[in-house]
Amino acid sequence: MQVPAPVEYERATSVEHAIGLLERLGGSARLVAGGHSLLPMMKLRLAGPEYLIDINDLHGELGYVDVGAAEVRIGAMARHRELLESDPLAEVFPIFRDAERVIADPVVRNRGTLGGSLCQADPSEDLSAVCTTLGASCVIRGGAGERVVTMEEFHRGPYETAVGDAEMLVEIRIPVRPGGSSAYEKVERRAGDWAIVSAGAAVWLDGGVIADARVGLAAVGPNTTGLPAVSAALRGREPSEELYERAGVLAAESCSPVTDMRGSADYKRHLAKELTKRALRRSVERV
Amino acid sequence: MQVTMTVNGEEVTREVEGRLLLVHFLRDHLGLTGTHWGCDTSNCGTCVVWLDGEPVKSCTVLAAMAGGHEVRTVEDLERDGELDPVQRGFMECHGLQCGFCTPGMMMTARALLDRNPDPSEEEIREAISGQICRCTGYATIVRSVRWAAAHEANAGGAA
Amino acid sequence: MTTVDERPAGFENNDHKPVGHGRMLRKEDPRFIRGKGRYVDDVQLPGMLHCAILRSPVAHARIVSIDTTAAEAHPKVKAVVTGAALTELGLAWMPTLSGDVQAVLATDKVRFQGQEVAFVVAEDRYAARDALELIDVEYDVLDPVIDVRRALEPGAPVIRDDLDGKTDNHIFDWETGDEAATEAVFASADVVVSEDIVYPRVHPAPMETCGCVADYDRIDGRLTLWSTSQAPHAHRTLYAIVAGLPEHKIRVISPDIGGGFGGKVPIYPGYVCAIVGSIVTGKPVKWMEDRSENLTSTGFARDYIMRGEIAATRDGKILAVRTNVLADHGAFNGVAAPVKYPAGFFGVFTGSYDLQAAHCKMTAVYTNKAPGGVAYACSFRITEAVYLIERIVDCLAYELQMDPVELRIKNFIQPDQFPYRTKTGWLYDSGDYEPTMRKALEIAGYDELRREQAERRACGELMGIGVSFFTEAVGAGPRKDMDILGLGMADGCELRVHPTGKAVVRLSVQTQGQGHETTFAQIVAEEIGIPPADIDVVHGDTDQTPFGLGTYGSRSTPVSGAAAALVARKVRDKARLIASAMLEVSVADLEWQKGAFHVKGDPAKSVTIQEIAMRAHGAGDLPEGVEGGLEAQICYNPENLTYPHGAYICVVDIDPGTAQVKVRRFVAVDDCGTRINPMIIEGQVHRGLTDGVGMALMEMIAFDEDGNCLGGSLMDYLIPTALEVPDWETGFTVTPSPHHPIGAKGVGESATVGSPPAIVNAVVDALKPFGIRHADMPLTPSRVWDAMRGVPRPPV
Repeated sequence: MQVPAPVEYERATSVEHAIGLLERLGGSARLVAGGHSLLPMMKLRLAGPEYLIDINDLHGELGYVDVGAAEVRIGAMARHRELLESDPLAEVFPIFRDAERVIADPVVRNRGTLGGSLCQADPSEDLSAVCTTLGASCVIRGGAGERVVTMEEFHRGPYETAVGDAEMLVEIRIPVRPGGSSAYEKVERRAGDWAIVSAGAAVWLDGGVIADARVGLAAVGPNTTGLPAVSAALRGREPSEELYERAGVLAAESCSPVTDMRGSADYKRHLAKELTKRALRRSVERV
Repeated sequence: MQVTMTVNGEEVTREVEGRLLLVHFLRDHLGLTGTHWGCDTSNCGTCVVWLDGEPVKSCTVLAAMAGGHEVRTVEDLERDGELDPVQRGFMECHGLQCGFCTPGMMMTARALLDRNPDPSEEEIREAISGQICRCTGYATIVRSVRWAAAHEANAGGAA
Repeated sequence: MTTVDERPAGFENNDHKPVGHGRMLRKEDPRFIRGKGRYVDDVQLPGMLHCAILRSPVAHARIVSIDTTAAEAHPKVKAVVTGAALTELGLAWMPTLSGDVQAVLATDKVRFQGQEVAFVVAEDRYAARDALELIDVEYDVLDPVIDVRRALEPGAPVIRDDLDGKTDNHIFDWETGDEAATEAVFASADVVVSEDIVYPRVHPAPMETCGCVADYDRIDGRLTLWSTSQAPHAHRTLYAIVAGLPEHKIRVISPDIGGGFGGKVPIYPGYVCAIVGSIVTGKPVKWMEDRSENLTSTGFARDYIMRGEIAATRDGKILAVRTNVLADHGAFNGVAAPVKYPAGFFGVFTGSYDLQAAHCKMTAVYTNKAPGGVAYACSFRITEAVYLIERIVDCLAYELQMDPVELRIKNFIQPDQFPYRTKTGWLYDSGDYEPTMRKALEIAGYDELRREQAERRACGELMGIGVSFFTEAVGAGPRKDMDILGLGMADGCELRVHPTGKAVVRLSVQTQGQGHETTFAQIVAEEIGIPPADIDVVHGDTDQTPFGLGTYGSRSTPVSGAAAALVARKVRDKARLIASAMLEVSVADLEWQKGAFHVKGDPAKSVTIQEIAMRAHGAGDLPEGVEGGLEAQICYNPENLTYPHGAYICVVDIDPGTAQVKVRRFVAVDDCGTRINPMIIEGQVHRGLTDGVGMALMEMIAFDEDGNCLGGSLMDYLIPTALEVPDWETGFTVTPSPHHPIGAKGVGESATVGSPPAIVNAVVDALKPFGIRHADMPLTPSRVWDAMRGVPRPPV
């Protein structure tokens, strides 16, 4: 089988230690958590860091899922399986459980982490779409302290994030608002494959009217993107099939898929519409 | 670098390269060849072992990362000459043909049963969905796990 | 009905297994379930080195230069070998199984992405891989030939300019049937239906990749090769021819094999590299391909572009079938099929139907893709043949607005027509098709399914019911017709009964998961009455087994299984002579009941086979002319192929919004003649059905226009998981083969052959409201969506 190029292994014992190592080793170092994005890239020799800093020991520090009344905070080392199995999280944001059911496979989910998924910044990655949908913000820590960025700021392009060489993503914060629910829809060629297209939706109702709504798509552009135009079209209206249809059309118009082995651009655009409709419908039904 | 971990209940220490994959550590350094590998991209699951009690793909874990942790492989399923019900189930229900994916499948099945003693067919299919079998078409693997569930050593004496 | 459990109640362990045919747990399983199987990569020898191969990044290029200096300077590297070095040894090229040659390492040009260019031998596998990065190759990139339809255009780049006088990419033309007679039938037929049908390139992708450990002993010139080989004896002979090593100095061992499916039949350059590496370094050398190497360079399958035509009367009597095929053979013609069959057994494309005429014309061409073609449980191209006929028959049913089951039954070859000579010359040995079809209909509840479909269609739901009926041709083959590189396709078998009545049977075939250690013990047990537990099955080692051609094309049971039965009968015949002396009666007065000879009319007077074995080896006289010992050897030459058949029904649901296909049910009724171990047969069928789901819905080795392989990892080449396949529903009928000693036919590939058309037929049936008559595999959501909208099919 394919094997990585030589690499020096370091193990971080705390966030501070990890950041200290990053500061010392510079751009030739990479953090490794679950390893399911980085290690295959290293085996295929598409990534070749000189140093690997193993942050799995930070799970105790960063593996939390705190569901508060006003905000959900999730540590970057929370593993997929923990997100899947968290009842409090599913209660407030069922979109997480929807997505985690179809991310990779159960064995991979035992290892892979929220932070690792987001930092890989693959345009097809599901948790990025979930966080985009929910308007999450990302807490990035460096030697000089913490800064908080939006998902839009976090994703700079395919496989590129706002996290600097000597920084690490430590937490995701998601505001909790009343009257809301959410859902995630994914079409894949086969279980465990990356999305052909995924769509997340979150809606907040107030007296039978949509107070706010957000839609996030994966695999139809350079990054998972939120769709402000869809939000604008939904706000202040009563949920209906016609409204979902209009939102779907807007979603399809707002994305820029490309043809590849997973499907044609036309098909993906169609899915953007269809899955947006389905995710909105299900979100509303769940409120 | 030196790495120390517990493998099948025994502490082992070896000098390894930082890049050494756990699957190669087990196979080439410890001679535990029951764990196989079948791809480069963590898709096939023939390399599944337990790390601290959970199934993981050992082709996507560095040996160094397993340092200080507990690893369990297929060689440890049989204990004191007693086969695990999962092993018996695979024989009884023809859950294997070429045997190559079998160790990984059994490790995942064992972990599933530990968490869920009476899994449905759908739950079993979901649990093994990150592992490819090219021989059985999966139905007999599902039956094997169901058999094991019905024949657990302490499952009320079912036999 | 999800399983056919034929074990008696209370049957819980191996101590009560049947003496002979019947469900019996596998003898090989105790080692596998303990992680104690021994596969090639498990072989560790003292001082063993590791080989890694540098491969071409481009599909077509002239090699300008190769600089290995830096790789050679790597402290752990023991050897770096290029095509130039192999040329000096006379090993740069090797013969393929189809009379072509293939580069072991490229010397002049690279002809497909992934082709072998150089190899490194180093102290460990990590260092060997590192050293590949240090080899500097300069390529002069040439235009590639990727679209098979353009391979024969004037001015197309000539791929095989290594062949004398070659000015195009043509490999062969092949023809079968009667063109004029077929044309006459077509000209006067009521109805003619044509369809372009593509069987895309796919890959067997066994979970264990290919590899070997070569150990060349410089002192006695002996080569031991542990190898992922489905045909160890044939490989040994070929190595003797290729490498010039004396055959008696070569030992090929196929230990446990992690699946083969035809992908481990050919000899690949990597094996030769490891052998050369061992000869050069004097150390054992291991080569195991990684998954990308497996998918991009070894053993692809199919890649036929078929124009199918069918002629019929208005009321549904099929009169004739013809086809024109364009075959993509890749850069070297490496098809592993009997020499006289360049298109394998594609000639059985007339299927299970009684026709007036048939004709096939085929052209095979070179392209800048990996070589191969016959692999993936294809029964030498019968997958393609069955897919063609079963798809085109459904197209006819569509045009005639006839139920596809009714159309098939109306045209079946009738039981009294067997043995049946097809219009392309094949002699079907036995068959009784309608009961098999009826059984499948009954299990599926066909009429109820059609009612449900009508209801769902009325609500806009997309439910499809697909049917296929196949006749296979397996057990190659009669040596007068069939050979591979001059080696007749017969199989040896040797049986020794030890003095205490235990036995060892030695086979020339090699299991890759099919359970030979169990099935063959059962065959011998059935014939001589020694319990299977007391019969050791030895296989996969040329030093320990008689010559034979190996396991592929579902040939083990029809050929080697016959050999095992006959060698056991030979031993039994000798035992009868000894028994007559022991019981002091004439041979004619003896009666055989499984395990013992009895005196007719006095059943208390008897001797067991175990007692006879001791007598055969013991003190005391034996009957005149009878030698001591109790053993025999034979070489079985089959008089014909065997022709298993089956009826498959698939039910799918398609999400109209996303075009995702879900296989809801699959019913498979197989007739493989006498059933030796029903449990193993069921397992073989399940395996092939899963192949069918893979090929029909997701598997494809595709290329971009530059010849980059787009299916080079298991991230890109999708194989079904447990979530894509249903709980298989199986059944059987039994029509024994008249010429096989125990009436058995092969079953290893039946389901791979028969299931793809059932699934595609089901999807197309679901899409009937859209006016769809055909859609090409793989039916991924995107392609189904295209079909629903009438988008022209993309060329594959």
